[in-house]
Amino acid sequence: MGGDPLLIGPVDLSVFLIVVGKVLIAFVLLLILTMLMIWFERKLVSGMHNRIGPSLAGPFGILQSLADGIKFFFKEDIIPDRAQRAVFILAPFLSFVPAFLLFLIVPLGGNFNGNVNGIITVFGHDTYLQVADPPIGILFALAMSSIAVYGVMLAGWSSGSKYPLLGSVRASAQMVSYEAAMGLAVVAVVLKSGTLSTHGIAEFQSGAGFAGIVPNWNVILTGVVPFVIFVIASTAELNRPPFDLVEAEQELVGGFNTEYSSIRFALFFLAEFMNVITMSAIFVTLFLGGPSGPAFLGTSLGWLTGIIWFALKTSVFLFMFVWIRAALPRLRYDQLMDLGWKVLIPLALGWLLLLGAIDVGRDANWNPVAVVVISVAVLLGGYGLLRAAIAGGRSRRLQEVDG
Amino acid sequence: MGFFSGFKVPIKQMGKKQRVTTPYPKEKAPQAIRRHGRHVLNRYEDGMEKCIGCELCAGVCPARCIYVRGADNPIDDPVSPGERFGFIYEINYLRCIHCDLCVEACPTEAITETKQFEFSFTSRLDAIYTKNELLVDDEGRPQHLPWEDWRPGEDEHTSAWMRATSPSGSAEFEGLVAWSGELGYGIRAPELGQSADESMLDANPVVGQTGIAAHRPAPVRSRPETEDGGH
Repeated sequence: MGGDPLLIGPVDLSVFLIVVGKVLIAFVLLLILTMLMIWFERKLVSGMHNRIGPSLAGPFGILQSLADGIKFFFKEDIIPDRAQRAVFILAPFLSFVPAFLLFLIVPLGGNFNGNVNGIITVFGHDTYLQVADPPIGILFALAMSSIAVYGVMLAGWSSGSKYPLLGSVRASAQMVSYEAAMGLAVVAVVLKSGTLSTHGIAEFQSGAGFAGIVPNWNVILTGVVPFVIFVIASTAELNRPPFDLVEAEQELVGGFNTEYSSIRFALFFLAEFMNVITMSAIFVTLFLGGPSGPAFLGTSLGWLTGIIWFALKTSVFLFMFVWIRAALPRLRYDQLMDLGWKVLIPLALGWLLLLGAIDVGRDANWNPVAVVVISVAVLLGGYGLLRAAIAGGRSRRLQEVDG
Repeated sequence: MGFFSGFKVPIKQMGKKQRVTTPYPKEKAPQAIRRHGRHVLNRYEDGMEKCIGCELCAGVCPARCIYVRGADNPIDDPVSPGERFGFIYEINYLRCIHCDLCVEACPTEAITETKQFEFSFTSRLDAIYTKNELLVDDEGRPQHLPWEDWRPGEDEHTSAWMRATSPSGSAEFEGLVAWSGELGYGIRAPELGQSADESMLDANPVVGQTGIAAHRPAPVRSRPETEDGGH
């Protein structure tokens, strides 16, 4: 991870120890957060369902995930006879490791106001409150979420059983199609921020925005549309309800992980919740200013302020995920594909073009009103063509069925 | 906001006190008065066993889980008032389906069911209750065996199902006492039947804090003339 300022100069023991320390802290923090998230989700969703939820292990059942984890360890580990052994064993890790790696590039805190630039000093070394800041930044996140598809796909395929295979085919189709919309929403952010690095994106959004009150966050700068697209697409990417067709219990036994048991299943389970946390953190980083809080509230606590704001903003999204799960029924598979390909991708693409046109217009000193009007007209024309194409395709299919 | 109004529903539910779920090991949901649990072998008020070893229960049992052997009563120390008594009485609870056919078949109301359902075993042999375990104790209550979870007051209603049904299925006999006394309780009052008046119908016939009160004994009427004439 060459982007980290630590590894630019000569690397001595203290630098090495700082890196190891950061990795350890991030790993332990993420594991603990994941366990808390599982408890939080179960407790919250049970409240929304008017149930009680976990209540026996520890105060308010907070140790429930710990108890479940210990139980998983002592369960029999079954590898089916017809499974492809090596792939079957590898698949949970392909799911778990990217989920963890994704967390490494998220700037967790630091003071971005003034000229501090999010740098903190540990033992005389400057560093960021994030494990790594690779120059490819947010592309790394997209790459990791693509690799997670392999975990799901290979798990289903290597189980040697039909239901996991069906589940994983659904999963990979879903994840691949929503990745496109997600990527296009990210491009809008990158276009505005002018950098791929997550630290750079967080830094870009810091500072006072319009009138000193409206924050300088990408969610406003890009117009709200890419943010909404990103949230919907990543909910689908995470296989969270209402897009949890992968684990549609009513149709698929258990989904792609049907044949998994014991700690191998726990890895999938953990990866799923880990992804929820990391994806919420990425929302915050990309669209909601990362660790920076409202500028007028000041940063009296130094780098701690950043961590507090970051945790607050992330937990809003964690709550949102649980809320959506409690409120929405699962989509049908064709609705899922329609939403992905016919709504989100065209919309994301159109919005990106609009943002690009406005940027180019500003550079060339064109009349901004004219630019917007013409762009919107072109986009509406494109939308009409798309509608016509979809309608035409449908009527042709109907004719074939009739004829 | 029509599309998004669904989001308000779960939010409104949060923090509401009214819950459907019972935190089970801590508190138990009210049980129906006629719930079929594990059996007891009843005794008469003088302490004699009711079972006469006729094996009708074993014969009617669809799960074949009851094993009975009768024997002649010892003349100097009779176990039951009649000629024979249940010498061996065993029920295998791995097979029992709690259909209560044995209770209906029993001519002496010897076998009835309690509400007990919380018992488990670590070996198949332990699942076979013998006569020593099934027989009620000296106060007429079911024995509290170490592997069973009894709560206070739960051992009262041991024969509700029997007392809820009218003899021979004839509605004429509804609400009439047609059974013998039980050790510790005497002749139990009949359960309120279907012809109970409207004001009594709203009370839930369940065992629980409110349930026992709802299960008010009906006034004991004398037997109608038809029955006396018939005998």
